[in-house]
Amino acid sequence: MRGVSRSFGRTPALRTVDLDVHDGEFMVLLGPSGCGKTTLLRTIAGLERPDAGAIAIGGRDVTSLAPRDRNIAMVFQSYAVFPHMTVRANIGFGLRMRRTPKAEQARRVADAAALLGLEALLERFPGQLSGGQRQRVAVARAIVMDADVMLMDEPLSNLDALLRLQARADLKRLHGEVKRTTIYVTHDQVEAMSMGDRIAVMGDGVIVQCDLPMAVYDHPATQFVGGFIGSPPMNFVRGAMSDSAFVAEGVRLRLERPPRAGGEIVMGVRAEHLRIGAEGLPADVLVVEPLGSHALVTVRVGGVPVKIEAPVDIGLRPDERIHVAVDQARIRWMDAATGTAIR
Amino acid sequence: MRLPYAVDRALVYAVALLLAAWVLVPLYFIGLAAFSTPDAAYSYPKALLPVAPSAETMRFFLDSRGVVSSIVNSFAVALLTIVIALLLGAPAGYALARFAFRGRDAFAVLVLTTKMFPIAILSIPLAVTFLQLGLYDSIVGVALVHSAMALPFVILVTSGVFVAVSHELEEAAQTLGCSRWTAFLRVALPLALPGLAAAAIFTFVISWNEAFASTILTLRSRTLPALVLTALDQSPITFKFAGGFVMAAPAIAFIFLMRRYLLNLWGGR
Repeated sequence: MRGVSRSFGRTPALRTVDLDVHDGEFMVLLGPSGCGKTTLLRTIAGLERPDAGAIAIGGRDVTSLAPRDRNIAMVFQSYAVFPHMTVRANIGFGLRMRRTPKAEQARRVADAAALLGLEALLERFPGQLSGGQRQRVAVARAIVMDADVMLMDEPLSNLDALLRLQARADLKRLHGEVKRTTIYVTHDQVEAMSMGDRIAVMGDGVIVQCDLPMAVYDHPATQFVGGFIGSPPMNFVRGAMSDSAFVAEGVRLRLERPPRAGGEIVMGVRAEHLRIGAEGLPADVLVVEPLGSHALVTVRVGGVPVKIEAPVDIGLRPDERIHVAVDQARIRWMDAATGTAIR
Repeated sequence: MRLPYAVDRALVYAVALLLAAWVLVPLYFIGLAAFSTPDAAYSYPKALLPVAPSAETMRFFLDSRGVVSSIVNSFAVALLTIVIALLLGAPAGYALARFAFRGRDAFAVLVLTTKMFPIAILSIPLAVTFLQLGLYDSIVGVALVHSAMALPFVILVTSGVFVAVSHELEEAAQTLGCSRWTAFLRVALPLALPGLAAAAIFTFVISWNEAFASTILTLRSRTLPALVLTALDQSPITFKFAGGFVMAAPAIAFIFLMRRYLLNLWGGR
């Protein structure tokens, strides 16, 4: 994608988006609702026309082609399984439209059904299927097309939590087996982290950062990315440098390697890089949330609430005074005005 | 102050029963007289139960001059009306359902405002125009007027039908090798068919029961309501009962067949 823009009325949905997806890659478009990720996906599919810019698939410019001439396949958020056709007819629909020979149709439908464990359901109608089964029909219907690009629009968002975990693993396995170039839209950062070869984080109609999942997690390009990726989100403390210490409201942290920046800056640090112990910054415990494998402790450092990952048996009570040590190698700095990372 | 639940329910059902009786009691007597002997139709006080069942009254009606040909005319007009109204109305309904175009809401209201012109006022100018165009006293002419009367209804109902068919289904078909048009034919149309059928049948009833315009605009090729209406003064009471029954029967059958759809269409939006 080169310089793709799209507005709805006066509201820009995409603002000059550039993106390269490699052959066979699983690319995740991640962002909050309304960030333009679905519009971008629909533009790749040809369901939306870009106001400006160009889209090429495998070197072929498809910008002005209809969806059916792009050799793409798409899985919709609502699955869009045809209710008046059996599962078999649904999976074979695209092949019928392409006038694939009957024998080949049957073989490919059977293959796709086997790949998604739908063999026993082929004669059923969608109304007789569960949400998870319908989702698999939608995936089978797309995969059977042997398209150049597989587009997925939040395919797991309508499943309940347990099923979503299962379907996530299934989709990842499927991609490993068929190695189809996939562009996957989600607002769920856990999905993005666990499935994506790379993640393109979108905000406000632009791709803010596009990188490997761990790189996005460890080195967020902006405060927005740090706050969107990770659960809990990255902690942010706004302050300024003074000598070689970071000074914020009620906080003074002496730094081993101070950032080269003047003026207002933001310190970003993740919950797992803070340690409650005998030394460090003084803090007051606000809330302790035991989460099974660990406890999430919210404390107030100076004037700022900060979340810390702690052992589940930490045994703290609200209002207790504690000390928080910071893993200084893991601190990320951002410009307070623009939010962009200082490297 | 809120009424106790039992009183509240009782009032609702009492009103419902009253309304139902208001419609059903006359229908019952029409049907009863239509299928009783002519003597029973004239006798007074009326029997409340079918004590003298007979096909004689109906046979008399159907044997009367012009009745069978007017029934044929009515069918022809109604079928033509369905074709015209759906061919024009369904695409308009589809556009209202799918596309956000400028003036969309205004169009929806405009469609309804056509209902504000009483057919009684329009008939005379229409008759003049039809005379000039050579459409007077023709089945096509009546069907055109009936189409105009049915169109607002067809447009609004079909738009409700198409709104209920998710647009994503058509988009999915487009990504699977369909053009816009084939996506509509293969996905949206089959799913909308029951609703379109309901609209078609209702159109049939509108046309079947329309008397005024048909009377003004025809002379020899009368539709059934036009014939019955013009013959009303000179005809015996048995003729009226039988005619009334033949005119009412399709509408009643329609209500029973389409009840579920109508409730969905009007209550479910």
